[in-house]
Amino acid sequence: MKNFLIKEFLQIFRDKRTLIILFGIPIVQVLLFGFALKNEMRDVPIAILDQSKDEYSRQLIHKIISSEYFVLQENLDSEKGIEEAFRKGKIKELIVIESNFAEKLEKENRAVVQLILDASNPNEASVISSYTTAILNSFEREINPSFAGVPMIIPETQMRFNPELRSVFMFVPGVITIILMLVSAMMTSISIAREKELGTMEVLLVSPVKPIQIILGKVFPYVIMSFISAIIILLMAFTVFEMPIVGNLVLLLAESLLFIVMALALGIFISTVANSQQTAMLLSMFALLLPSILLSGFIFPIKNMPVILQYVSQIMPPKWFVIIIKNIMIRGNDFGSIWKETLIIFGFTVFFIGLSVKKFKIRLE
Amino acid sequence: MLSCLCGSIFTTKSQGARGNFKSFSVNKKRFGGEIRQINRMKTILYIIQKEFLQIFRDKMMLPIIFVIPIFQLLILAHTATFEIKYVDMGIIDLDQSVSSRALVQKFEASPFFKINARSFSLEKLSDEMQDARIEQILYIPADFSEQLEKKFPVKIQLITDAVDGAAAGLMSAYALNIIKDYNKSLLMESKSVASSIKTIDTRTSYWYNPDLDYKTFMIPGILVLLVSIIGLFLSGLNIVKEKEIGTIEQLNVTPIRKHHFIIGKLTPFWFIAMFDLFFGLAIAKFVFDIPIIGSIGLIASVASIYLVLVLGIGLFISTLADTQQQAMFIAWFFVMIFILLSGLFMPVENMPDWAQAINILNPIAYFIDFMRMVMLKGAQMADVMYHIISITIYAIISISLATWRYKKVV
Repeated sequence: MKNFLIKEFLQIFRDKRTLIILFGIPIVQVLLFGFALKNEMRDVPIAILDQSKDEYSRQLIHKIISSEYFVLQENLDSEKGIEEAFRKGKIKELIVIESNFAEKLEKENRAVVQLILDASNPNEASVISSYTTAILNSFEREINPSFAGVPMIIPETQMRFNPELRSVFMFVPGVITIILMLVSAMMTSISIAREKELGTMEVLLVSPVKPIQIILGKVFPYVIMSFISAIIILLMAFTVFEMPIVGNLVLLLAESLLFIVMALALGIFISTVANSQQTAMLLSMFALLLPSILLSGFIFPIKNMPVILQYVSQIMPPKWFVIIIKNIMIRGNDFGSIWKETLIIFGFTVFFIGLSVKKFKIRLE
Repeated sequence: MLSCLCGSIFTTKSQGARGNFKSFSVNKKRFGGEIRQINRMKTILYIIQKEFLQIFRDKMMLPIIFVIPIFQLLILAHTATFEIKYVDMGIIDLDQSVSSRALVQKFEASPFFKINARSFSLEKLSDEMQDARIEQILYIPADFSEQLEKKFPVKIQLITDAVDGAAAGLMSAYALNIIKDYNKSLLMESKSVASSIKTIDTRTSYWYNPDLDYKTFMIPGILVLLVSIIGLFLSGLNIVKEKEIGTIEQLNVTPIRKHHFIIGKLTPFWFIAMFDLFFGLAIAKFVFDIPIIGSIGLIASVASIYLVLVLGIGLFISTLADTQQQAMFIAWFFVMIFILLSGLFMPVENMPDWAQAINILNPIAYFIDFMRMVMLKGAQMADVMYHIISITIYAIISISLATWRYKKVV
């Protein structure tokens, strides 16, 4: 057993290029995504069609442009060219101010602003429209004199846990999860499939080492390496992105270790199913990549999905780990509030290991 | 075993090719050029045949190539929405007066707010929020109605769980809107000012997708992702596999020209990816009812160039790596970057400039954008000329780079 472990370590460390890839890629990705991925809206290209060009309309346009959300791409004079601008994707929103805007406001107390949005990306369109409406609302407040002696509710908003609404809080837990999940699952699935493909598995099988020992020996080095990689990522989240670790660090590391073991067990399971490295890799990457991005709550909140998919997401291990990380790092919760998620990941681990031991073929076909 | 088999298949086929060549050699002088051409075609065809056989011999490959992508398209298309269906809200009403109840009533009436907890203790509801059971707390102070009656402004608190910043922004905007409505009704009650309030009517229309159905937006994108990933991974693993098993040397001693070899290797993947793309388009049209306004011919022709580009990148990766494991890691590295920066899940405009600059090298971004413009907006060829030219140039670069690297390495 001991010698077998040594052999596994040797095999991994001999391959310098893979080692660089193994540690280098997650670091580059965390850095890249941490800085690049932002949900805060910024610099949306818009066009304005001002049919009235008076004091109020100019004031409104100034207010819109001076916000950091919008960039005035085109100042239209007529409705011609609107369609083309949208079709070419040059603008995302058109704001139409009706003619005699100021006059109507003064005399009739009511004027119309029309917003036309390119809704081919509906997610973006609804955010853009809500930002624009917010600006219009505050413009409305400005042009109305303040009403003294009128009852008013003044809401004070407080954003708990993330007062600046930084998207890093969302992305770092997601990126850590995906990297750990895919890298760990892939590494083990490949390492076993490779022995099969190169024929060295036969040598292992005739040796007095038991199947369970073979599996453990295969996994152990990768547990250590993935754990180091997890620590590096967390360290970067803390130092580079100033992500707080409000909760208990030891608990966080322990949970990460559990998750890594789970991902590795999944990798072993994949390798017992796959006949070649190629299928093992395609299974662990292709079948896992998009679901773990989309069904883990990393980018899109699971609560908003159709009910059936909410059930599907229950069997996605990354979902539970994302919850755990957020609970510990951001909310600062203790084990009491994440024992359920921990138990689920533990269950997955046992399940995958059990399945692989059962499927692990001692005989060759 | 495996390598042996494919090696032997290969040698018989190439011997066959040579045999044919001999039988033609009588007229070699007259039809030499023509025969050489036919022969070349045959060589390529044999390689293609061998590749197809090799791919489909592995029983796992068929579901991986055809079932998984379709399944993913069907499921994942439903996941990608930021739309918030409801907010779990907790209310603290310390006033318990007619006016405070009227405000609470407004929240209850909205389908968007689910009042899950009522309490008199902020601490208790804060605990609930700590454990993510409620997302928003509305706090109405005890002097609420008293202040309003005295015609003073009164402060209420709105606390939002902001772990997910984007969702928090929306949730708080929705709640503020309701409060704004309430304020308006307060203003209207006092007749003296009601007549002089200037209001701006905002009329919003959503073009191209009036119902804001996010599936319309996501499906072309997810389809592109799936096709690109499968193309990149398959071609990325290909040559490196021959390298790892050692069969590349057998191939090198055969009289096949390198570029024939590459054409023969990539054609099967091209067909597979093309098939996946069109099968996915059919699903988009008939299952999800997504309009395909633009021309199918335009989509097909640009897709065929795009796939050359993707396969070229895959092949290039394949020549760089020593083992399949490495190739897979490199491919995965790029795929992750391409996916997350492509603007499919998060708008590109929000990213810093340098990240947007990376997208110049992101093939997926070009093709997703192209597909959306043609499918959803009915863009003509002139509208997407930029995309077509970029994809074509990129395809030429990637395939030549791959060929050049391949020659150098082997």
